[in-house]
Amino acid sequence: MMKQISNRKLRRQKRNRFFGALYASIIYALFYIPVLVMIQFSFNDAKRNYSWEGFTTMWYGKLFSFRNHDLWEALVYSLIIAVIATIISVAIGVLGGVGLKKFEFRGKRFINLMLYVPIVVPEIVLAVSMLIIFMTIGIKLGMGTIVIGHCTFCIPYAVVTIKGRISGDNETLQEASMDLGANRLQTFWRVTIPSIMPGILSAAFLSFTLSIDDVIMSNMLASARQSTLPVLILSVNRTGVTPDINALTTIMVLVMVAGMLLLSAVQRARAKKEAREIAEMEKRISTMHSMVE
Amino acid sequence: MNGASTAKKRHNRLPAIAQAGPVSLWMILFVTIPMLFIIFISFMTRGSFGGVEYTPTLTSYETLADVIYLNVILKSLRVALVTTVVCLLLGYPFAYYIARKPADVASRLIMLLMIPLWTNSLMRLNAWMLLFQTNGPVNKALLGLGFVEKPVTFLYTDGLVLLGLITNFLPFAVLPMYSSIEKLQTAMLEASADLGAKPSVTFFRVTLPLTFPGIFSAIILTFIPALGTYTITDMLGGGKVLYIGNIIKNQFGTIRNWPLGAALSVLLLLVTALLIFVYSRFAKIEDMEVL
Repeated sequence: MMKQISNRKLRRQKRNRFFGALYASIIYALFYIPVLVMIQFSFNDAKRNYSWEGFTTMWYGKLFSFRNHDLWEALVYSLIIAVIATIISVAIGVLGGVGLKKFEFRGKRFINLMLYVPIVVPEIVLAVSMLIIFMTIGIKLGMGTIVIGHCTFCIPYAVVTIKGRISGDNETLQEASMDLGANRLQTFWRVTIPSIMPGILSAAFLSFTLSIDDVIMSNMLASARQSTLPVLILSVNRTGVTPDINALTTIMVLVMVAGMLLLSAVQRARAKKEAREIAEMEKRISTMHSMVE
Repeated sequence: MNGASTAKKRHNRLPAIAQAGPVSLWMILFVTIPMLFIIFISFMTRGSFGGVEYTPTLTSYETLADVIYLNVILKSLRVALVTTVVCLLLGYPFAYYIARKPADVASRLIMLLMIPLWTNSLMRLNAWMLLFQTNGPVNKALLGLGFVEKPVTFLYTDGLVLLGLITNFLPFAVLPMYSSIEKLQTAMLEASADLGAKPSVTFFRVTLPLTFPGIFSAIILTFIPALGTYTITDMLGGGKVLYIGNIIKNQFGTIRNWPLGAALSVLLLLVTALLIFVYSRFAKIEDMEVL
């Protein structure tokens, strides 16, 4: 009797697991189908992507003959903006994450609240409110204004990511460093920064991906002359996207995936090294203990 | 004693300014001031050649009460609501499935969820357009299987817009729900089962309430951006059907009615503030999962 019940339970578990996996696969398909179609159409033998006309690798060749100036210009423009926005966001994010966690000051609650605004408020609202200010003051739209726009939504994410990385251990380490005679700057560079390095790397990666894929800020805060890659894609979408754009975005995904794999490999190696060092230290301490005894 | 502590405080001021200063300054300059300014502009008069005349008026808000704009607002709210509900219904079981896996498998599954997000979002929308073209693969399959007599027009319909919205925002609904389900302790569920609760009772009385912060974060991260988007509706709706986002954008482009655009933006701000307020009644804002 008992056995029968447990058998039935086991069967039910097995069935549940099967349906769980099936369901997850369907959801993953929903996410991956557009990506695969995008890659497929980078091999489309047609001038513009409407329907599948046959296989060719021609577009990758065309892409690297650099004849499509607009496309490359837009990519370089996007990359420069993403790199600058990432550097600024991570720098301000690291300082801010550490500072907001460590210090108490008047208005801190307000700043914490303000950090949530770009995360929750629709981007279009943020974009047009900045646009109105820039136009009213008379700041010329262009790369500078796009970078400011991107930083404004990257900084909050950077601060949140880095704050999450700071634990009680960091405080103890910082105090130990100061007790051993390091000044604040030395402590910041040699103790605080290394201890939150994984957070810094994820903040950088997040900022870069947010910036490079952004459409709304890049569209609203741009000058009429130059546009980022996503804005270019938005504008050519009506007339049909050329397959070389698919080829370029395909390469970009591959680079991003490779970058992420590298990042996680580095972080794993670091964790391993730390674990080894801790083990070593513990061994030494226990030897010392036994010597004392 | 007292003197020593003030000395320490003063000593602390410089590093505090150096560290928290830049972020505070940035947020005030580029978030607080623009937000206040757009509220101010929404109460001003539209300039005759675009721009703004600084005479206070309620015209923009009166315009919003117009049937045309009211319909757009209601429609946008409805579409954002449907998107959110579908994202929650599809996303919760999916997040649950991942969160109940061993930690290393779960982190790989989350990674698998992130990869499509690194693909240009407009190109992903473009891929849906290619699939749903009049002579595209979906129509060919429907014709081949004999489900339809002639090709269905999917392009530039509300249905396709909805598909684009759902697939675009679903990952952002899954992530916060995943992190709150992951924090859920198995012991709680076991305790509930041991006390004789049926699985369904455990789910509705234990799991669901405990993962509420994640669910509400998911609502905020889907409903608000879905309400404000214009790229998805532009691409998949062909710009034929207008949503709030498109109208705001147009006021700063071709139409040049800044106060009206500002008033619509203030409306979106109010919706956001309302949702955050409701959230703050149930959970701490600091606990909101945003990543």
